[in-house]
Amino acid sequence: MAAIRIKKTFKSILFYAGAIVLCVPPVFVFVWMILTGLKTGVQNIAYPPEFIFLPTLDNFRAVFEQHNFLRYLMNSLIIAGLATGISLVMGLPAAYSIAKYRQGKIGLIILVARMTPFVSYLLPWYIIFRYLGLVDTYSALTITHLIITLPMVIWLMVSFFESVPTELEDAAMIDGCSRLQSFLIIVVPLVRNGIATSAIISFIFSWNQFLFSLILSGPKTKTVPVAVYNFISYGKIDWAGIGAAATLIVLPVSVFAFFVRRTIVQGLTMGALKK
Amino acid sequence: MKTAFRALTHFIDRRQAFAYPAPAVATLFLIVIIPIVFNLYLAFNKWTIGLGQPRFIGLGNFLELLSDERVLNGVKVMIYFSGLSLSLEMVLGLLIAVYFNRQFKGSEAVQAIYILPFAATPVAVALIWRIMLNPEIGVLNYLLRSVGLPGSLWVSSPQTVIPALVMVDVWKWTPMITLIVLAGLKSLPHEPYEAARVDGASALQIFWYITLPLIRPVLIAALMLRSLDNLKEFDIIYTITQGGPGIASETLYLYSYMVGFSFFKAGYGSALMVVVFLIVLVFNVVMNRMRLSAQEL
Repeated sequence: MAAIRIKKTFKSILFYAGAIVLCVPPVFVFVWMILTGLKTGVQNIAYPPEFIFLPTLDNFRAVFEQHNFLRYLMNSLIIAGLATGISLVMGLPAAYSIAKYRQGKIGLIILVARMTPFVSYLLPWYIIFRYLGLVDTYSALTITHLIITLPMVIWLMVSFFESVPTELEDAAMIDGCSRLQSFLIIVVPLVRNGIATSAIISFIFSWNQFLFSLILSGPKTKTVPVAVYNFISYGKIDWAGIGAAATLIVLPVSVFAFFVRRTIVQGLTMGALKK
Repeated sequence: MKTAFRALTHFIDRRQAFAYPAPAVATLFLIVIIPIVFNLYLAFNKWTIGLGQPRFIGLGNFLELLSDERVLNGVKVMIYFSGLSLSLEMVLGLLIAVYFNRQFKGSEAVQAIYILPFAATPVAVALIWRIMLNPEIGVLNYLLRSVGLPGSLWVSSPQTVIPALVMVDVWKWTPMITLIVLAGLKSLPHEPYEAARVDGASALQIFWYITLPLIRPVLIAALMLRSLDNLKEFDIIYTITQGGPGIASETLYLYSYMVGFSFFKAGYGSALMVVVFLIVLVFNVVMNRMRLSAQEL
């Protein structure tokens, strides 16, 4: 008996050792990002790299004071917020209808939208926005971000709506609800997990969007991915600044994802497994 | 006013199947379909942005790309990068998921850690990778050297640039595949496993003859989901190498961007984008066939 117990303990120690090894790569990059942000410029180009040092918040201060980062964070927040809000308002009823009436043809548009390379949209939109004088406006960026977020919200929500039993709606309508009321009062609250998940995934993808903002933003509407990328575009690389800026950009989306981690996976799997 | 509002809600109620998707469909038509059509139109025209008007040249652009060496290079790089990263992500994702597919203290922590790379802004983490990959003072070479291994040139050499970029892509996306497959494994039926254990099957046999066939639809679905973005990978490559050294990491997609926005050749760039779209389309049609046949088993 004792031998079996020892063997079991040994096996479980082995398992946890393996688990820690498998968690090192994902964690290490984030640790290195934060460390880079907390080091001075000189410490960042030291060899061997320093793991233990006196941390400084100067880079974070510089990012806000010299690089106007608050402005870029606000820009990203406004654009991602608008794109997500509009996607939900238009996407929820559409996804509900696709789930209920099996409107496969609409699903086809969404598939095409997701398969088309973003550059294919960028060129026409760049030409149109330049003609209309809309380059470097929130409208231009929100519209192009909708290309990503609207199909994504619909695609995710269809599977959540499909899981709502129709009997509940029928009962509500027998009780005198109109269809619109039964949708808003009965169905929407039932899929609130799905809505939270789609909203956060949509926000993350808009916040992280680089390509559209690279071409269509300007001094007034620059978003955070472009702002951090610009740290390297002057020939000299400001590594400490990149560390601080990257930490600030990644933090909000990581926190969001952390809170809905279970439903994110559920949403992506359910969507992917549809016929 | 009130009657108008009532008439509107009445209309929405009566024509639900039309009224609910209408705003989204109209918007998608405007922001997705029209640009695609415009893109197709440009693909058959010769036009440099800022220089005159588009001129119809039929299949001219497509004939030009047949003899363009950077197109051939782009296709090769695309196959190398996507083939290697997608297969590594699927294999590693599956193996790690099988490893974690049990009840243990800390499974919540693993899930929380594994969602991070998925959510992290690609440009931001790619820049951190660029710092870590520095051949002289980067932390990766330091760690390699401290265990007695030679450092690598990583993205600074045409020979190692693609494997190095694949490593970044694998780092970012394998955890997502793991979480999806893990969710799939947890929903598999117990009976086949019990029967196999009664028959004395080994762990390897159970994995090969039971787990793998049962999880195949989930794997193919995850691969399709991943391929949609992977074949159009832009942020990581553009941030770390911009297609360099030389054109050693310039995928067809990256080249189409360069043609459009660095050389402003809108017509030729559009033709390249059409080709990229066709590649993504063909890949997904084939995958979908495989998925449907896997689900029938």
